[in-house]
Amino acid sequence: MSERRPIISVRGLTNRFGDAVIHENLDLDVNRGEILGVVGGSGTGKSVLMRSIIGLQTPAEGHIEVLGENMVGRSEDEAKNIRRRWGILFQNGALFSTLTVAENVEVPIREYFPYIRPPLLDEIASYKIAMGGLPADAGPKYPAELSGGMVKRAGLARALALDPELLFLDEPTAGLDPISAAAFDDLILGLQKRLDLTVFLITHDLDTLYAICDRVAVIADRKVIAVGTIPELLALDHPWIQEYFNGPRGRAAADTAKEHAEA
Amino acid sequence: MASTAAPTAESGPAPFRIRGTLTITRAASIQREIDGEPDPLVIDLSGVERMDTVGAWLVYRAVRDRSAKVVGASPQAESLLEQVREFDKPVQVHPEERANFARVIAELGQWMVEVGRTLIGLLGFFGATLVAFGHLAARPRKFRWNAVVQRFDVVGVRALGIIGLMSFLIGVVIGQQGAVQLQQFGAEIYTINLIGRITVRELGTLMTAIMVAGRSGSAFAAQLGTMKITEEIDAMRTIGVSPIEALVIPRMIAAVVMMPLLAFWAMLMALLGGGIFVWLDLGIPPLTYIQRLQEVVPLTDLWIGLIKAPVFGFIIALAGCFQGMLVESNSEEVGLRTTTAVVQSIFLVIVLDAVFAVFFSSVGWI
Repeated sequence: MSERRPIISVRGLTNRFGDAVIHENLDLDVNRGEILGVVGGSGTGKSVLMRSIIGLQTPAEGHIEVLGENMVGRSEDEAKNIRRRWGILFQNGALFSTLTVAENVEVPIREYFPYIRPPLLDEIASYKIAMGGLPADAGPKYPAELSGGMVKRAGLARALALDPELLFLDEPTAGLDPISAAAFDDLILGLQKRLDLTVFLITHDLDTLYAICDRVAVIADRKVIAVGTIPELLALDHPWIQEYFNGPRGRAAADTAKEHAEA
Repeated sequence: MASTAAPTAESGPAPFRIRGTLTITRAASIQREIDGEPDPLVIDLSGVERMDTVGAWLVYRAVRDRSAKVVGASPQAESLLEQVREFDKPVQVHPEERANFARVIAELGQWMVEVGRTLIGLLGFFGATLVAFGHLAARPRKFRWNAVVQRFDVVGVRALGIIGLMSFLIGVVIGQQGAVQLQQFGAEIYTINLIGRITVRELGTLMTAIMVAGRSGSAFAAQLGTMKITEEIDAMRTIGVSPIEALVIPRMIAAVVMMPLLAFWAMLMALLGGGIFVWLDLGIPPLTYIQRLQEVVPLTDLWIGLIKAPVFGFIIALAGCFQGMLVESNSEEVGLRTTTAVVQSIFLVIVLDAVFAVFFSSVGWI
């Protein structure tokens, strides 16, 4: 696959729920190796966009290509090869509640590589659990016994189980304390560099946007109204973008990022 | 292909050379090959095109456990190895297992404790509903009529179809089976006695209770259980709404009020089914059937059937709501509790039915 081609390409996407139009003629490209932040007000369809891209939501119209393959209207069997190459962290973790954390992490590995023997499987799981930043005794715990932040980490460990090329994160730092959120950002950034990951990141966390995103896509009015680096977006005079980045929270995050860069 | 041990000019062992991809897709075979190499081991990564964390883990493991040397690693591979080393922490993967005997004893003990807790909990729940009833009786304006009427619809009106059909078929079956046996004695006219007494006195109420337990008792448990998981019930408490008053009482009233009505409906449908059968099969005309029913079914049979019905309704609602409120952690528990609610309520209904049968016979309602 050529390096130039976008890893995700969405063209003319339209999503409707009954009479409510969520997206209309939406276009978006995600380039290989970048961290793309997706922002937008509540209810603008960020999660619906992610669900459309990963094939959980069949769009009313439009063309979606992921890793060079068409995603709309393909059979479950054909999609399997692509599913192996991405990892997804859902907003609420979506851990399988009847399995322990370690078993959750092992699920994708067992599914695609059934011949890997249990000892190695356990080692991989324990390594991924540590990588997700969970404490050492987390492996045999059930999701119901975990705190919100730990559920996110376990979800990330599962998303990373197959060393995906493409990582979808739906509000990964929401509900985490600022220290954990910053550690999470570092973790994503580190993984992205080492594994050549492409990350599709939905977030409301301005610190995350400043700290790790290469580009930011803004969804409003049922479309992606702008994509670019934060300085590029700041140069636009769309009222929502201005309010978003120049509001008190936006400026605080920008200051933090600047201090970080100077230090 | 993947890996061959090629001799080099260096002294010492030939390095184990990995070529191509060193990823999870080849993890099993590469692990086998690394394990098969003799010590001291040197791993040459210069031919690796792509490596992921699992590949890095395999190499790192050889370094850690067998002091293998790594040569020819690209900067990216170095960084991956470094990262893997960083996250090599002892993480517990499996729960600690106890010996079989100890485990059986422990499970038995846990089960006993669980049974005891359930009984005490059920008693407490019963008390809490009584308190809530008292509360509402003192302040009837707080009573949630809308919720109750909605439950009437769900528990009662919507069950008419399935309970009617079921009872009709049971009537037909009793008529048919009774006729086959009684015809041998030339006593087929007694089929009417059989249909009339058994449906009015026992089966109408009992079958309705079983159907309501399966339909509504399970729904109560699943609804309340899900609401527990999504913290809706906690939210209610914090707002100051008593979940017992808002959720449990309307369901109990609905079950208690609807059960006799449904049971009566079930009796009528069973009598209808039996009547149609004896008309078509034995040639007994409907008018004779009705007359004969009047003669052989005492009014006390109807009272017995109708007195039992609200008690069964109460048991079903109590078990369903109680099990629903016990849900704490996850969706699997909702399923388990729902099953328990149905099993418990049907069991209790049948036990009580036996008690009623003995009681009514001994007070002379034969």
